[in-house]
Amino acid sequence: MLQVKDLHVSVDGVEILKGLSLDVKAGEIHAIMGPNGSGKSTLSKVIAGHPSYEVTSGEVNYDIDFEAKNLLDLEADERAKEGVFLAFQYPTNIPGITNYDFLKTSFNSICTHQGAPELGDEDFTKFINEKVKLVEMDPRFLDRPVNEGFSGGEKKRNEILQMAVLKPRLALLDETDSGLDIDALKIVSQGINSLHNKNNAFVIVTHYQRLLDHIVPDFVHVLADGKIVKTGDKDLALRLEKEGYDWVTKH
Amino acid sequence: MTDSSTINKNYKYGFTTQIDMEQLEKGLNEDVIRKISELKDEPEWMLQNRLRSYKVWLKMKEPNWAKLNYDPIDYQDISYFSAPKSYIGNSKEGKPKSLDDLDPELIKTFERLGISVNEQKRISGVAVDMVFDSVSVGTTNKEILDKYGVIFCSISEAIKEYPDLVKKYYGSVVPATDNFFAALNGAVFTDGSFCYIPKGVTCPIDLSTYFRINAEETGQFERTLLIAEEGSYVNYLEGCTAPMRDENQLHAAVVELVALKDAEIKYSTVQNWYAGDKDGKGGIYNFVTKRGKCLGENSKISWTQVESGSAITWKYPSVILQGDHSQGAFYSVALTHDHMQADTGTKMIHVGKNTKSTIISKGISADKSSNVYRGQVKVMPSATGARNYSQCDSMLVGDQCNASTVPYIEVKNKTAVLEHEASTSRISEDQLFYLQSRGLTMEQSISMLVNGFCKEVFKQLPLEFSVEAVKLIEMKLENSVG
Repeated sequence: MLQVKDLHVSVDGVEILKGLSLDVKAGEIHAIMGPNGSGKSTLSKVIAGHPSYEVTSGEVNYDIDFEAKNLLDLEADERAKEGVFLAFQYPTNIPGITNYDFLKTSFNSICTHQGAPELGDEDFTKFINEKVKLVEMDPRFLDRPVNEGFSGGEKKRNEILQMAVLKPRLALLDETDSGLDIDALKIVSQGINSLHNKNNAFVIVTHYQRLLDHIVPDFVHVLADGKIVKTGDKDLALRLEKEGYDWVTKH
Repeated sequence: MTDSSTINKNYKYGFTTQIDMEQLEKGLNEDVIRKISELKDEPEWMLQNRLRSYKVWLKMKEPNWAKLNYDPIDYQDISYFSAPKSYIGNSKEGKPKSLDDLDPELIKTFERLGISVNEQKRISGVAVDMVFDSVSVGTTNKEILDKYGVIFCSISEAIKEYPDLVKKYYGSVVPATDNFFAALNGAVFTDGSFCYIPKGVTCPIDLSTYFRINAEETGQFERTLLIAEEGSYVNYLEGCTAPMRDENQLHAAVVELVALKDAEIKYSTVQNWYAGDKDGKGGIYNFVTKRGKCLGENSKISWTQVESGSAITWKYPSVILQGDHSQGAFYSVALTHDHMQADTGTKMIHVGKNTKSTIISKGISADKSSNVYRGQVKVMPSATGARNYSQCDSMLVGDQCNASTVPYIEVKNKTAVLEHEASTSRISEDQLFYLQSRGLTMEQSISMLVNGFCKEVFKQLPLEFSVEAVKLIEMKLENSVG
């Protein structure tokens, strides 16, 4: 589904990713771990199309329904319409626009692109209420401006709600677990697990092993100094937790 | 980069109408004023009024307290009257008798501006007075208004047809002595609208005036007077555009509103004068005095404005809250981009008991523009129980623009309660990326952010107007963001 080949990325002239390669197939969950500043967040933002990051060389290929696309040729919104979703580490506020209106506009613009019918208010309300239950969110959050006055945990839960509504093919989660208490972590993990199926894929960027107590990845990658330096299964995460990143970077 | 084609795209009203025009020679003196009055076939009392204003103006100095930077205006280098030839003359004979007789070029012009003169295509629910340079060329849907006794015509016509009403209220809210530009307007005003809503009448359709500047080197001096009798209600809309020209043009308007007991006036403006090019060349200088008087108890006046054009905007739509329990409101979105400068806000003067005012101002500045909110809340000793709520928010797009908030507060009654809130924010790349990563295009994203920011003001506008306002602002910001 996603092939990243020898990707080099700079921000303001500083190279952050230095030849990163990653292969993600439909149905897989990948965890990306690594020390601070290793380029984890950069990777997810580049795949989603953040304009501040400059790809100096390499490829990001994406195929969906047997159709291959070069993601780097697409604007961020076009990538979203092709099923790429980024759950933000620091979701931003959109004052004056309710969560409901935001999600409906977003949902319908993706539907239109994918050839599905748009939903009117009545159908969308029904649809979104189910999703709100899934992430155990207070439905009143739908009438509040996007992320405004939300606590850190509420913002993260809101990201998962958006993911549930937009049903992405490729979901990138950027440190969704940071700042969550145990209960919220459980709800977020349940959300991810219930959305996961054989047709979609997840790339989960995380700092801590504890998220992986709830979500079982097929692969764990260790990112250090802009490259993937080690790949293993879930046991790798456990070992990292015990021995620290030094263990990988020194070997 | 200066590329006229991209500017053209952003200002679709920049075209010029080719029509036979009669234009007064440039310059301002008593003879010019007499000539204007003669061309308009005015009664003697109005001419005397003009001459008094002119004398007042001669003694005044152009105000310089606003945060505006422009070359001095040469008042002798402006033509003070310009009109299609068919509108000139002392007798009515030459003028088109009905809308069907309008010059096809004028019909075409207003159709391009979105106003249909043709009965079948007219927007029902709105009566439009069309002002072209110095004259009103026609008013639509008059038949409906006649049934309710609502008078809606050009101020020139009103001076002749309804002199008692005009004499009673003209200058009663904005006297010539009020300020430099009001005095100038009093001397040389050419046309504008007159509305009179009789006692107890809810105006059956919205009233609207469309101001179009077409001629070169001409100033437009609009004068509008709106009177709402006891218990009446009216919704009034105003739009304005002008061609793109390299030189600056002056628009100095005076608008007076009077609301009697229990009457309500809602006045909305979408101002889209030509703002000049990317380098700040050309554009309209918009010096406007708009003021309403809540004369009767329980009367209400609200100003809603979307200021999206003009090179210079100097405008403070105000309300004098004279009647007890009267209410005034000011809702404003002011957008500046490129080299535009806006110094705009309001004055709320509390005189009556338990009077209430609300100020919601949203400034959006982009590129190298400057955007100032200047507002005054004044509570007189008589205004026991007065209340004011002010909220002034600024949004910055890019890092070369300028936004400031200058509130003046003067309270002479201890029972008054005033609240003031202000904020400054920025459209950030992060916000745009967030929205785009949810499948919204750049345009949709900007639109959503601006909409969210201006929501409280847009919801005061009639639906069609608010849709137009959103589109306008989106279009103007497209080049400034990203």
